[in-house]
Amino acid sequence: MKELRIGLGQVRPALGDVSRNLDLHLETVNEAEKQGIQLLVFPELGLTGYNLKDLTLEVARPLDHPDILKMVGASRKVDVVFSFIEESPDHRFYVAAVYASKGQVVHVHRKLYLPTYGMFEENRHFARGKALNSFASGLGAQMGMAICEDAWHPSVPYLLSIAGVDVVIIPAAGPGRALSGDPNTGSQHFWHRLIRTYAQLFTSYFVFVNRVGFEDGVFFFGHSAVAGPDGELVASTDSMDAQLLAVDIDLDLLRKERYRSPFLRDEDPHLTLRELERILGR
Amino acid sequence: MGINHLEDVLLYLDQSISHALPVLVAFLREETEKAGFQDVVFGLSGGIDSAVVAYLAVEAFGKDRVHPLIMPYKTSSPASLEDAQKVVSALGLEAKVVDITPQIDAYFANQEEASPLRRGNKMARERMTIIYDHSVIYRALPLGTSNKTELLLGYGTQHGDLASAINPIGDLYKTQIRKVASQLGVPQSILTKPPSADLWESQTDEGELGFTYDEADVILHLLVDDRFSPEEVVQAGFREDLVRTIAKRMMQNQYKRRLPLIAKVSSRTIGIDFRYPRDWGM
Repeated sequence: MKELRIGLGQVRPALGDVSRNLDLHLETVNEAEKQGIQLLVFPELGLTGYNLKDLTLEVARPLDHPDILKMVGASRKVDVVFSFIEESPDHRFYVAAVYASKGQVVHVHRKLYLPTYGMFEENRHFARGKALNSFASGLGAQMGMAICEDAWHPSVPYLLSIAGVDVVIIPAAGPGRALSGDPNTGSQHFWHRLIRTYAQLFTSYFVFVNRVGFEDGVFFFGHSAVAGPDGELVASTDSMDAQLLAVDIDLDLLRKERYRSPFLRDEDPHLTLRELERILGR
Repeated sequence: MGINHLEDVLLYLDQSISHALPVLVAFLREETEKAGFQDVVFGLSGGIDSAVVAYLAVEAFGKDRVHPLIMPYKTSSPASLEDAQKVVSALGLEAKVVDITPQIDAYFANQEEASPLRRGNKMARERMTIIYDHSVIYRALPLGTSNKTELLLGYGTQHGDLASAINPIGDLYKTQIRKVASQLGVPQSILTKPPSADLWESQTDEGELGFTYDEADVILHLLVDDRFSPEEVVQAGFREDLVRTIAKRMMQNQYKRRLPLIAKVSSRTIGIDFRYPRDWGM
């Protein structure tokens, strides 16, 4: 069995306090190393906190900032996905997730879809990412990243799937709202339903890592989870408290599921492309 | 539709809140401790709202860090005082009693004509100044005890009972407060008595408002959470005059839910484009 041990770094970031969050991240990396974790995933904006508003200007960091280099440097023994406000050389502010391995940046994903409705106001402060790609890791699996709201646009996992992906990593800052009669919140329910459906349709692993804690009265519900290519939940923290959960996934299951349910083999992206062009009137 | 619809919505409101307790308790603990406080202080009236806050606070902090103040006026109902004492003894709290009669009577000494509204508002504001004074004595954060129904209807005194640092029950309708109260084991006499601001003898909320909380909550829920137009609420079977009254109250009292307006002359004005989270720097 070809196994990969993934760490769900369900942390409680402090709003706007990068140095405190950096310490929290580095401590968690240490703990992950002890647990033999090969890939540690932190939530969306774990280094900065989420509801930043005008703090954006203060917490933003270019990729070569010493704080970011420290995080990248911490990936020598364990691959790390972490997230912060990335400031580009022309001073655009992106919600970014970095995949770092062996002390190097492997891939940067800039959030594509910035929720700006109801309680969200991301478009007010941040620039939209414009590209999506999967990438090779040294862990025997092709990786892809989508940040929180990105995952609510099926084109995102679809494109990653066409690009080739085994594990889709979703760092999130999902607020708990619309409580239902369920012991779990409404939000937790629809996120788990979403990753299970995607995992089955795209016969891939989906790793959802959500933060916890409160910001201005809003709580982030945690319940980080992994869904497998058979559409089942492999593991969930089942908790709105901070924790590091190690989850072993079986990469051989990808092979079996893709033979049994060959959606990927049969998918015709050229048909999609032709029809998209026709529908868009090109 | 009418009455069935009312019961359906009430049932939904009850169910939707049935697992909210851990969130409310975690909210109290995190937002209080983040602000640098270990203790909390609030007015305990003998009514259901402040009783629920007392129970939640004890869950969050343990009894020694919870400081209720009982602040009767000479016309306050003896039953209210008894009910407040029941909460105190059930939870093993130490409550301080501050009789507000001397300071209220001194202020109104030569104003026999003062209306019940003025007297009621004055009492509510006196009580809040006492709570904030005790927040220094106890080094405790003042908790709000206004529910969502009161906040939406503007049924409260600005800078009086509507004031607080943080409010754990402000997103719960009155009928949901009853549900949470029974889950918490609030004494039966508090659960069943008619809600009253107890600002003058034999006052009841429902008598003063001219409608029941059940009606108000269902209509508010349809207007606010389900985004019904007032016409759609009427079509769902509710009395037109009642729907209009409630919709108008909600609109007219928006000012009580916001900070004062500031005349904008600079490029960064508080409340307009000087935008920071409340948890800034915590």
